[in-house]
Amino acid sequence: MYLTPEQQAILNGEKGETLAKVMKTLVMYGETFGADKMVPVTSEYNHLVTSFGLKMMKPVFDLMQQLIDAGAISQQKFSVDPRPLDKNVPANFLMNIIFNNFMYSKQEEYEKQLNALGLMNEDAFSCACYLDQMGNKPKKGEVLSWAESSAVVYANSVLGARCNRNSGIMDIMGSIAGFVPHFGLLTDEGRKATWIVKVETSKKPEAQLLGSAIGMKVMEDVPYVMGLDKWIGTELNDAACAYLKDFGAATASNGAVGLYHIANLTPEAVEQGEALIAENAQVYIIDDAELKRVQDNYPVMWKSADAKPKLCFIGCPHMSMEQLVSWTENVEKSLAEAGKEKVCIPTVFTTAPAVKKEFDKTPLAARLAKTGVILSCICPLMYMNNPLAGKMPVITCSNKLRTYTTARFYTEAEILAKITKGV
Amino acid sequence: MREFTGRVVAPGTVTAPALVSHGGLNTLASFQKALQFGDKKATCGDQNNPDLYGKQMVGTALCLPQTIGSTTGGLVLYCACAMERQPACMLFSKPIDSLAAAGSILASVWLDGVNMPVVDSLGDEFLNYVKDGMTITVKENGVVCVE
Repeated sequence: MYLTPEQQAILNGEKGETLAKVMKTLVMYGETFGADKMVPVTSEYNHLVTSFGLKMMKPVFDLMQQLIDAGAISQQKFSVDPRPLDKNVPANFLMNIIFNNFMYSKQEEYEKQLNALGLMNEDAFSCACYLDQMGNKPKKGEVLSWAESSAVVYANSVLGARCNRNSGIMDIMGSIAGFVPHFGLLTDEGRKATWIVKVETSKKPEAQLLGSAIGMKVMEDVPYVMGLDKWIGTELNDAACAYLKDFGAATASNGAVGLYHIANLTPEAVEQGEALIAENAQVYIIDDAELKRVQDNYPVMWKSADAKPKLCFIGCPHMSMEQLVSWTENVEKSLAEAGKEKVCIPTVFTTAPAVKKEFDKTPLAARLAKTGVILSCICPLMYMNNPLAGKMPVITCSNKLRTYTTARFYTEAEILAKITKGV
Repeated sequence: MREFTGRVVAPGTVTAPALVSHGGLNTLASFQKALQFGDKKATCGDQNNPDLYGKQMVGTALCLPQTIGSTTGGLVLYCACAMERQPACMLFSKPIDSLAAAGSILASVWLDGVNMPVVDSLGDEFLNYVKDGMTITVKENGVVCVE
């Protein structure tokens, strides 16, 4: 890989041993994937995936401290994934002991490290850092050093930024050096679609199901999706962006997709059309039967498949303002139809802190609270990682949460019926 | 005995018993419980991986196609290496993925004394041939002997 004299000097240790190790890490990473050079990170902010003071991550905290002690601090400030804990989210005595004493006992210390490393602000905790309210929305063509899979796929696909599907820690290494290796999704060739997905459903496909089906089929490849604009339009408005946020997270977690193109909608597809499709691309047709097949094949991880759900999570990735508004209205309407005032399953909506602040200023916040729904900024995945939470029958309409935990997936309509009508 | 040749991602030599995952290894799901609750044998906790679930991963020649799952995968593997709960080596039938690559590179650069050879691109035939318990020897040049 070609290195500029400045990069070579860092690698040679002219700016200290720690920065030399940072550069060596990036060079080895790039060489593994055939990178030809390093390119500058050009986004204003970075985003880190590691937000949790998980006790088992002591080696990571030690590494972070090495960086801090050596003054190897990024020029970029950053946002980070959601906090793992929120006392407003239901948890019994034993679960809290595990959360606070065995799992996230290092949270406070780790957040001090994050502040020392350049955390944007005290509210910069969300997987959906690209939401307008969060203030970390990259521009088209900018090069990023991110790792959160749902954010990477959104930034690449919907915003047209360029970022590989990096691992945690690699995200901060690239930001500190100010360079990332040039390969994969950073290259024009790597952004070509090797799959054509034809959506031939009779109604608007559930975002989280469609993303799951595509992710499991194409794995780490790039799909070019045709026929979806019929259902979500040709404008990247709030509703379309919310749809693509959830769709992308499912492609990234059920497979390993880092970039997708939606014909007539996402920026590169609008500009380049079918020229984005590589030669000999494979074809995957998705109709109603295929979506049903995918959903029917999800394993049920509960001890008893007939168990009554004890908790419902909605918002993985974090909900947008548009989703909070529509879910609040839908819950109210469905409760009214059932002649009820409160949800019949403890339900948690999760969103970004800045979105919550904006939502809390609207009359909808009191209306949502009246339905019994809890609004939190927690990471549901980190909650479910508690072994006792993992044994609970939890339901969700997030395919990411389903994939990584024992939570059971239902469509949004099914979830709405379960939490409001108990059916 | 059969020999397979792949690409050296992290150099080193080792001999260890094979442990085979035919599906992708979900690093977070596989290691989290072991790292969190002090299981020095690193018993695989991924219920979705019938090949590995409940089996000890420490000191094995872990044979797999790729790793999958959360992008915390690399740092989880790094933690496993730091806590001496890593496999003896990792042998990929496909080209290595970015998460496993990150974990092994971070361990090799930032940790002292970690020897976990990593070889990728060994081919589908390798994964079809190797079985749990077979003796694997990894050589410096990316040659993997299975007997």
